[in-house]
Order: sequence, then C-alpha cells, then structure tokens
Amino acid sequence: MSSTGMKLMEGSEAMAEASIAAGCKFFAGYPMTPFTELLEHFAKRLPEEGGVCINAESELEAAGMVWGALSTGARAATGSTGQGLSLMQETFSEITLAELPLVIFNMARGQQDYYQSTRGGGHGDYRHIVLAPMDIGEAVQLTQLAFHLADKWRNPVLVYGDYLIAHIQEAVDIARVDFDEPLPAKDWAVDGSLGGSGRSRLVSSLGFAKAGQPSPGIERHLRAMAEKFAAIEASEIRVETGGLDDAETVIVAFGSPGKFVRYVVAQLRAEGEKIGYVRPITLWPFPYETIAAAAEGAERVGVFELCAGQMIDDVRLGVLGRAPVTGIGGISTDGSGFGVGPLLDAELIRERVLALHRGAPLPPLPDNERML
Amino acid sequence: MKLVGQQKPELLLTETHHMCPGCGEPLALRGYLEAIQELGLSQRAIAVAGIGCYTSFSMTTDVDLVQALHGRAPSVATGVKRMLPDSIVFTVQGDGDMVNEGLQEVLHTAARGEAVTCILLNNGVFGETGGHMTATSVIGQRTKNTLDGRDADYHGYPILIGDLLAQLQGAAYVARGSVHNAGAVARTKRMFKRAFQTQMDGGFSFVEVLTMCPTGWFIPTSEGPDYMSATLGEVHIMGELKVDGVVKSTDELHEENVRKAAEMEQALARGGIDT
Repeated sequence: MSSTGMKLMEGSEAMAEASIAAGCKFFAGYPMTPFTELLEHFAKRLPEEGGVCINAESELEAAGMVWGALSTGARAATGSTGQGLSLMQETFSEITLAELPLVIFNMARGQQDYYQSTRGGGHGDYRHIVLAPMDIGEAVQLTQLAFHLADKWRNPVLVYGDYLIAHIQEAVDIARVDFDEPLPAKDWAVDGSLGGSGRSRLVSSLGFAKAGQPSPGIERHLRAMAEKFAAIEASEIRVETGGLDDAETVIVAFGSPGKFVRYVVAQLRAEGEKIGYVRPITLWPFPYETIAAAAEGAERVGVFELCAGQMIDDVRLGVLGRAPVTGIGGISTDGSGFGVGPLLDAELIRERVLALHRGAPLPPLPDNERML
Repeated sequence: MKLVGQQKPELLLTETHHMCPGCGEPLALRGYLEAIQELGLSQRAIAVAGIGCYTSFSMTTDVDLVQALHGRAPSVATGVKRMLPDSIVFTVQGDGDMVNEGLQEVLHTAARGEAVTCILLNNGVFGETGGHMTATSVIGQRTKNTLDGRDADYHGYPILIGDLLAQLQGAAYVARGSVHNAGAVARTKRMFKRAFQTQMDGGFSFVEVLTMCPTGWFIPTSEGPDYMSATLGEVHIMGELKVDGVVKSTDELHEENVRKAAEMEQALARGGIDT
C-alpha cells in the first residue's frame, strides 16, 4: 500500500491526491469558489500522473467530457459548487441512467445543496450516493470510497465538501485504500475494437442495445435501476452516533457542522447533560433507522444545518412523530456569500443545543457584520 | 452487378431503417460508414450520437457508440478521445442538436483543436419534433413555428456553421457536402475520408451534410432534392471551406461548384460517375 506519510495539506489538494491514489485518470471542471482549488490541483497533478485534466469552457461541457471519459472505462470525476452543479444536472441524470461510475465533488457554499445532492435537480428516477465528510482526513477516505462505490454500483457518487474542507489545512496521509471487495468487470466500456464484429457496444441511458443484441427496453431498464437503488439503500448506509443510550435530546448534523456538533455534544456530556448526536455520513442512502432508534427514547430532536432547513425533512421521515423535531441551525454565510458564516462556532452551537435541551427559546442567529 | 441500393455497408447491422421516405440521413450514414471501412478504421472508430431522427442509427451502426444528450456530443467525444488517443472519434448531430442546443460545444471543441471529427446532418429543420425552425433554417423557409416563412426581422438569420467553424484557428478541415444527387453523395464521401485523415494527423475536422427532409419541409417526397438545392443549398454553400488551414470564400466555392457541376454533366454523358 502506497503512502505519502503525514503531510500538511489543504483539503482541495488532499481530495485531488486521494482521487489520484484511487486511480482517477480524468477530470474536467470550470472554476467557481470554493471549488476552484480542487480544479487547480487536478490541472497540475493529473498530467504528472499520466491522466488528463481539461479546463472546460463551461460546466455543461465539463459534464459532457467526463461522460465520454467514463464511457471508455476510465475512473473519472468532475465537480463544482452547487450553482455550477445545477448546470450539470441534465447530464448527471443521463450518466446515471446510462449506469456510468461518475464521481462528483460539490465544494458547496454551505449546506443549501442538500436537496440538490440527495434529490437531484435532474430528470428521471435516479439516485446518487452522497458521502459527506466532516473534515479533511475523512474526505481523503470518502473520496477513495466514492470511486470504489461508483464502480461497484455503476452509479454516480457525490462527495459533499464545503468551503471549510476546501480551504483549511490538516495533516493527512494519502494512503491508497484497498477495499476488500471485488468490482464488476467493465465489459460495457467502449474502445472501438469491436467495430464490424456484430458485437460493438452501445453506452446509452435509454435501455437500448445494438440490433441483434438482447435489449431490455426502457421500461425494464428503469425497473432494474430501481431495484439497484433499493439494494444500495439496504447495504450502503454509513452513520456515526454518540451518546444516544440515555439521550433526552438528539442532535443531527452532517459535514463540517457535524464535527462541531460532535465536539459540543461531547463537552455537554462531560458536564452531565443527557444529549447525543447522529451524524449521517451517507446523505443518500439516509440512515432513517438510526434516526428512528435515536428518537425512540428521546424527548426532542434538533437538526443543526447551515441552511434554511433541508435535511430536517429526512430527519422527520426517520423520526416519524416519535419526538418533536426542531431546526436549530440556519442561514449563515460570510460577506461574500461563498464562505463560512459566524454560526459555525462551537460556543454559539452550544448555546443553541442547550436552549433546545432546556426548552428555552433559541438565541437569534448571529449577523454577519461585513458587507460587500 | 449489384446496384448501390442493394449494397449494405459492412458497418451496418440491418438493411432497414425507420426514416421517412425521401430522408437524406441514411445516405449520409452510408457515406461515413463506407469511408471508415475503406480507410481501414472499423476497429478504431467510436461514434458519439446526438438526439434527432438519426439517433435510431445508434442501434444499427456496427461501431462502438456513446449515446449523448441533445447538443453535448462534441464534449463527450472530447472525453472519449482524451482517454483513447489512438481511436477515431466522431460525432453525429443534427442542426437542432449542434447549432441550436450545442453551438458552444462544437465551437470550443474546434477551437481546442480536439482531434475528433464532428459530422452535422443539416436539413434546416427539427425533423423529429415534426418540422420546426432551427438555427440553420433559411429565410423564407416555412416550418411549424414559422408558418409564413422565416422572417429575418422577426426570427433572425440562419447560422452558417461551417463558415463559422472555418474561421477558428483550431479547425484543420471544414467541408460542407450534400446528398441531393449522386455526384454530391460521392463528393461528400470523399470529404468524410479527408476529415478522418485529418483526425489521424491530429487535427479537428468537420463535415456538414445537407440532407433532405421532405416530411419536415411539407413537400412531396420526390421534390426533396430540388427543393434542397434551391433553398438550403443556395445559402449553405457546398464545398471544402477549409483545407490545410486555408479558408475559401463563398465566391470561390461557387466557382468550384459550377465547374464540378459541368464535370458531372460530362461524366453522366460518358455513362457513369466515378466514386
């Protein structure tokens, strides 16, 4: 197993390096804050490793290019921030329905892309596996897992990063992770060699096959995909919990805010407060059963997310009336709208968790003082 | 002796197609499949198809193929080619696909000098939706959403995509063929061969083919070829617009076409056309 040893690295660089360690050969992207540095690292590093990084002329073209690269069987990725990913949604839908193993990075401006990531803005009956790291160390692991799961399920996997993960530095070891699980052969990939043989290949989202070859047709193709999504839901849920045994209050949070909540809950636990947390690592498939079990003996559930309230819908579906569910996060951003807002602060999160725990009114959201 | 119509190209899986009577697209299909085969590229070619009537060819052509979305084929082809530089990658798109929805993609792919070949089947109409105006519909052309004919003041002007691409430094070979008569079919096939050769030499190539769509033009099937040369053919001028980096003017192409028409007359008088 190769390893770089512990090295101080920006999150964007670490995720690019983790992708290369996972065998990523192709990346295409379009600059956008806070995704830009990920593109920069791929542009510098992939050619050095015998791969290709194209500075696409638009997000649409980046998504198209990665579609082509994936069709050849190569491990390939694209990314942006939520706004740029909005432009790519049509292609993401088709890539998913064509069962191509795409990896997508969303270096998001906060957590307002939860719906986009887990529901998608595209057309059709499709799902993306969504992995949400809480810090750079976990991002290195989940980036490699993303490439593995994409190949395993022939389905796109989205890594939900953010401004904090993209821009801060941590000491990490980029060691290639060997997943102890066989992957299906890419016997669907095109290389041109079968032309004229009657066995040439067709990569299509429509369930079509070449004349003379067995074709499922669109209806059976879509039903088979629905079965695949059910199988993913049954086997790929990843979640972290803490302090749930006798918790009166359960806090649910994901990503960087999930790490803050974990810290705050550990602190309050040490002070004797009966508070626990659930941190979904896969946003889809969502850990509904973990949430249900956590809510079973609890008196209240709080959701801390940096948006007006999106994951809270899934939490409510998990809780299913067992306890009241309250959003204790909110919209918080820096003056540019791109970065980390004042609410991502352990002291402020502690105040909000305690307010919920004691049935007191939530403190007002802190205002960003800087105006552009 | 077998007649042309009885000779199925080797890279075609069926002898049937689902196009309307009088459609020009199967003629273009034959042209590029034969060109690939005759150049010995059958085991290197990878197609990327757009969305239009010609999408049904995706199932019947015996080369590896990636089915792309409307407009996106040049970008998809870019990804394929960058991963498999020794393959011969070409797109097949209609005018709605390439010039409306995906104009930016073909322009950037050409400007990048991507070593792929983009093939445009240009009939000046959205055939698959039932005959609607595209960006290449000519002034005066009647479509379902220009019932009194395309009016420049109201609908704007057509884009001459071949002429536009020829101006880009990254484009090495740009040609506009047609399939409205036997001479044009033969000439277009030669354009396909030059385009694939250009790709093998590392350059971007583009072949536009004017194709008949009597259904979408709302005219009798038999009038397709004449209507085409009198309308689309008068605006989108046939010829090699750029060879070895040298761009030809519309006047030069006109002169060339007059000369070639005369040569065809002579050839027909001799009793045949050399393909």
